[in-house]
Amino acid sequence: MAIDLLMPALSPTMEEGTLTKWLVKEGDEVHSGDIIAEIETDKATMEFEAADDGRIGRILVAEGTGNVKVNTPIAVLLEEGDSADAKVKEPEVKPAGAPAGKTEAAAPEKKPEPKEASAAPRIEAVSDPELPEGASFTRQTVREALRDAMAEEMRRDPSVFVMGEEVGQYQGAYKVTQGLLDEFGASRIVDTPITEHGFTGLGVGAAMAGLRPVVEFMTFNFAMQAIDQIINSATKTRYMSGGQMSCPIVFRGPNGPAARVGAQHSQDYSAWYSHVPGLRVIAPFSAADAKGLLKAAIRDPNPVIFLENEILYGKTFDVPDIPDHVLSIGKARVMKEGRDVTVVSFSHGLTYCLDAIPELEKLGIDVELIDLRSLRPLDIGTVIASVKKTNRLVTVEETWPQSGVGAEIAAQVQALAFDYLDAPILRVTQKDVPMPYAANLEKLALPSADEVVETVKAVCYR
Amino acid sequence: MANDAAESVKTGDKPAVAGSIVTPPIPDPETAMTSPELLTAYREMLLIRRFEERAGQMYGMGLIGGFCHLYIGQEAVVVGALGARDPGDQVITAYRDHGHMLATGMDPKGVMAELTGREGGYSRGKGGSMHMFSREKNFFGGHGIVGAQVPIGTGIGFSNKYTGNGKVCLTFLGDGAVNQGQVYESFNMAELWQLPVVYVIENNQYAMGMSVARSSAETNLSRRGLSFNIPGEQVDGMDVRAVRAACAMALEWCRSGKGPIILEMKTYRYRGHSMSDPAKYRAKEEVDKMRHDHDPLELVRQRLLAEGFVTEDKFKEIDKEVKAIVTEAAEFAQASPEPDPAELWTDVLAPDASSVKAEA
Repeated sequence: MAIDLLMPALSPTMEEGTLTKWLVKEGDEVHSGDIIAEIETDKATMEFEAADDGRIGRILVAEGTGNVKVNTPIAVLLEEGDSADAKVKEPEVKPAGAPAGKTEAAAPEKKPEPKEASAAPRIEAVSDPELPEGASFTRQTVREALRDAMAEEMRRDPSVFVMGEEVGQYQGAYKVTQGLLDEFGASRIVDTPITEHGFTGLGVGAAMAGLRPVVEFMTFNFAMQAIDQIINSATKTRYMSGGQMSCPIVFRGPNGPAARVGAQHSQDYSAWYSHVPGLRVIAPFSAADAKGLLKAAIRDPNPVIFLENEILYGKTFDVPDIPDHVLSIGKARVMKEGRDVTVVSFSHGLTYCLDAIPELEKLGIDVELIDLRSLRPLDIGTVIASVKKTNRLVTVEETWPQSGVGAEIAAQVQALAFDYLDAPILRVTQKDVPMPYAANLEKLALPSADEVVETVKAVCYR
Repeated sequence: MANDAAESVKTGDKPAVAGSIVTPPIPDPETAMTSPELLTAYREMLLIRRFEERAGQMYGMGLIGGFCHLYIGQEAVVVGALGARDPGDQVITAYRDHGHMLATGMDPKGVMAELTGREGGYSRGKGGSMHMFSREKNFFGGHGIVGAQVPIGTGIGFSNKYTGNGKVCLTFLGDGAVNQGQVYESFNMAELWQLPVVYVIENNQYAMGMSVARSSAETNLSRRGLSFNIPGEQVDGMDVRAVRAACAMALEWCRSGKGPIILEMKTYRYRGHSMSDPAKYRAKEEVDKMRHDHDPLELVRQRLLAEGFVTEDKFKEIDKEVKAIVTEAAEFAQASPEPDPAELWTDVLAPDASSVKAEA
């Protein structure tokens, strides 16, 4: 059967081109892979190869012709058995990129309303499990609670393992993995070389193959070496595989400013990770939340970023004595009810808020304080419900202001509760500079309780 | 202490590591494959070639978008390597991946429909040429970032060792990827922990337009594991028998608990880096010489004809069969509908992730 050779699209953006030169003439035998013409595209001069064996029957577009639209027939190839005068059928010209097999008439009716396709799934807040009546509590540090969460999950599921720098013999750079090597051995508490990009990718591969790695970064500052593996490999693969592949992995470690360690070791990555669809991002404050949410993270079938805080590691809280206290990812907690103003924060940012509240009470300002706990999914519903009551909102975080978590909350609240706001939404953030080393400058760069007091007063017009 | 350390660096107390690596001998390629095995390999290579030619043609028609990296010329590498694997051994590669998918036994219809971005594609149209996977065939992708598949393949090897399943991960990378840092981070851990990984370097001599000589201080890529004590061998990647023999040896090396091994396949791609590459960085004569003197399919064809195992008619028959498969794949890839608009929102998170529910 005679085959029409069509003007090819030879780059992702080409719509037409110049047929610079024919390298064959009518009657020539050609084989699949032979170069038969040269075509100038919008980018370069390209060689055009025959895709089938046969003989050139007719040349339809002479060399030197410009502005030849993609998919225009340029020659006819005769296959074995075709005669030279085989009738050349009228070619069916399709526009480039048009999906074949769809009639034009059918297409518009099938097309859904654009609104349907652009409606993102709504996030429904889920509730934490109720504590059983008479539940007892143990005083624990965040550090101990995190270790217990890992140990409990490792006892429960042999596919869970912990990997990172100094997690084993050294007992953890911040002692979070203390004691785990003794209980689980070196095959499940894996000391890695200093090789973040490599061990992150290795963890991703292990997760894709069915294990449940808990990858510790000594701090999240070092995860920047590995962020390609976190975002491009771990996070996008489920979508790119049409749901076939999963990557159940937890990346955890201290995040955010520590104390006097300078710009490269003092950055909060909350906004960076919460930007990315396909990830879950958790940033707990209390020991009970750290434990319940880390257990949830390890059981979650998705990649999870678990942002801890070095300063909070040593703080002590009540942790319920329930072996399977697993919290739900994506649910904020109202830490203190109040009627005058909503203050939203997370992780170490909450310490500034808690310090500010007594001062604000002296001024007669009753604060409702919300701990986000998860940054993706973001429980905006709890924030909105609170703002509808208080009509005022302040966000507090240790990230930089531009495109920060507070910026996202402000955007959503003005869209969803505009009529309820009695004042502009204001943010307390780290100042828009790299973290300085000098003690006085570092203090100035960070948020403070005083700034929270002043900002809350401002939105209350006090 | 500091002085002692400085002294040992200066005098080189430790023996040169390269001398301590023992690479097992590769069996004679002449006896590596029987004639029926060679004929099967020929058919598999031909399927890849015809599939890729059709993909190139469909790209030209605007049916395939974006990037499209064809495997033509390199067929012997993947067919030889995968021919030696056991069921359950995993495969992972970068973005010149159509050949790998076909060689694992993935359905040409599903691969081609992914290239056209249709519902019937392996990723339901959401991955494209560079991002396809098959759990069933143990194909772990399809990765678009040069070198990123190497730590992932190493992690699959880690999981093999962790579970003791006796499987090996065949991790393919190109001569461009060998200059990425994460490759060496992976080599270090793989040897340190004795992970069952065969690193197959497909040296087609050009990383996009950059030749190996222009990009690499050490152009013998099989030596790239020496400072980690990983043995390596150079293999004629245009001869499917040589590839098969080397891979059989390498897989056995890993399975017997000796850790990772590197195979450098000397191969060649006939086409440009991607569809929009005019390949002006190399002489036409160079391409022609490879095509005419070293074509992996032609080498097998001539051998089987010379020994009288089959006649020309048999090859015509195979050609016809393969052409029919490719035509069917191309037709399927055009007839399969575009993904439903609702698919935009699916597969971002696992469906059992309880806190995110699609609105009814």
